[in-house]
Amino acid sequence: MASSTEPAPGQAAPAALLAPADVARVVDRMAHQLIEKAGDALADLVLVGIPTRGAPLARRLAARVEAFSGARVDTGTVDITLYRDDLRLRGVRALEDTVLPPAGIDGRLVVLVDDVLFSGRSVRAALDALRDLGRPRAVQLAVLVDRGHRELPIRADYVGKNVPTSRAQTVRVHLTETDGTDEVLVTEGAA
Amino acid sequence: MKRHLLESADLDRADATLVLDTAAQIDQALAGREVKKLPTLRGRTVVNLFYEDSTRTRISFELAAKRLSADVINFSAKGSSVSKGESLKDTALTLEAMGSDAIVVRHSASGAPHRLAHWVQGSVVNAGDGTHEHPTQALLDAYTIRRRLGRLDGVRVVVVGDVLHSRVARSNVWLLTTLGAEVTLVAPPTLLPVGVGSWPVTVSYDLDAVLPKADVVMMLRVQLERMTASFFPSAREYSRRYGLDAVRMAALGDDAIVMHPGPMNRGMEIAADVADSVRSTIVEQVGNGVSVRMAVLYLLLGGNA
Repeated sequence: MASSTEPAPGQAAPAALLAPADVARVVDRMAHQLIEKAGDALADLVLVGIPTRGAPLARRLAARVEAFSGARVDTGTVDITLYRDDLRLRGVRALEDTVLPPAGIDGRLVVLVDDVLFSGRSVRAALDALRDLGRPRAVQLAVLVDRGHRELPIRADYVGKNVPTSRAQTVRVHLTETDGTDEVLVTEGAA
Repeated sequence: MKRHLLESADLDRADATLVLDTAAQIDQALAGREVKKLPTLRGRTVVNLFYEDSTRTRISFELAAKRLSADVINFSAKGSSVSKGESLKDTALTLEAMGSDAIVVRHSASGAPHRLAHWVQGSVVNAGDGTHEHPTQALLDAYTIRRRLGRLDGVRVVVVGDVLHSRVARSNVWLLTTLGAEVTLVAPPTLLPVGVGSWPVTVSYDLDAVLPKADVVMMLRVQLERMTASFFPSAREYSRRYGLDAVRMAALGDDAIVMHPGPMNRGMEIAADVADSVRSTIVEQVGNGVSVRMAVLYLLLGGNA
């Protein structure tokens, strides 16, 4: 794991990349892009969040898409823990919810939703999980923050904010549902 | 979690709850799926080392390991080098030399899995040792109770029958107590172990007196293969005093459930119409066993091995 070599000078407050109002604006913009890009497929749209923070993010996006388009949007969550390729490196952890809409995902347009896109390994695990859950017509990816440093040939279709970072930095997304506030922070040093 | 699962006491409340929660998540993740398989233990090898006959436990462990994509080797003492006199230790070391990551062991000698755990590098899971423990059965029972009743804390569980020879009863007493349930044992005095006074349980000899207050009635199998002395006068008398029939079942509260670890002696400890009633969770227990064993294998083998 990367670790910061320079000492943290007096533990400066982490720079807030996105404040609460920014997060709301970014989510709204992504919802508009989803509507535009999905076009006629909007009725088939399923937003599937990757726990932990992808799950509430997917529900928020769905709510905004519904508000802007009037169409009902299904949501779900897919836990990827059992599909991870780093279990042996990082040890086992508790599992999270896997919930699909009653209509399933077969033949539909699935948009995976996550908070941060980094190495791309979570997305790969999610794609593997989706393959076992059904056969979507197409799969797309929406992330709140893309911080670069991909280790796999994966890219996002919808990006809330591109953030150039160094590997030594940590990007943290906080959402009201899980952390009590909406913000995106960049801190020096590995998590 | 410890590296091995040898007895219920290996699990504190947090660990036991983690196993049950993990099983619930696995159940949820696999519900209604076409591909009931997860890649989690790809490349791991699980050996089922069975020195005693078993249907459901062996198949359940095999299925659990296969659903997690582990390779499974089934070893039964019959038809192996054990009949040529190979010891438990040499058998285990042989299996490990071939690359097993976990050994699921059933043995007629109490404590055999503990010995095994000292000899091998990998994880050891006790699948029943003599009259000692059968921890995954207790976990699946706890899981079944929690699913049916929604809780374990304060649940009143009555365990009826051959407690003396029952590893299921022992494992359940410790695990259910850890999880906050209140356990009452009901048995003829001859079928209670000597040290039962030191267990965290209430003991009764009168089934009819405890049934109205029970949330769960767990019937134990009368283990005819272990009945080396006359523990009760006749099967008929045992059945009349300690068997669960429709009349006794009517004394239960509305939401109370009836459990049995299987295999059943229908007509002996449990009447056929009770075993097939809506209160009975017997078939459900078998299904839950696979999920719970998947959870155990994941938690023991999924991370650093």
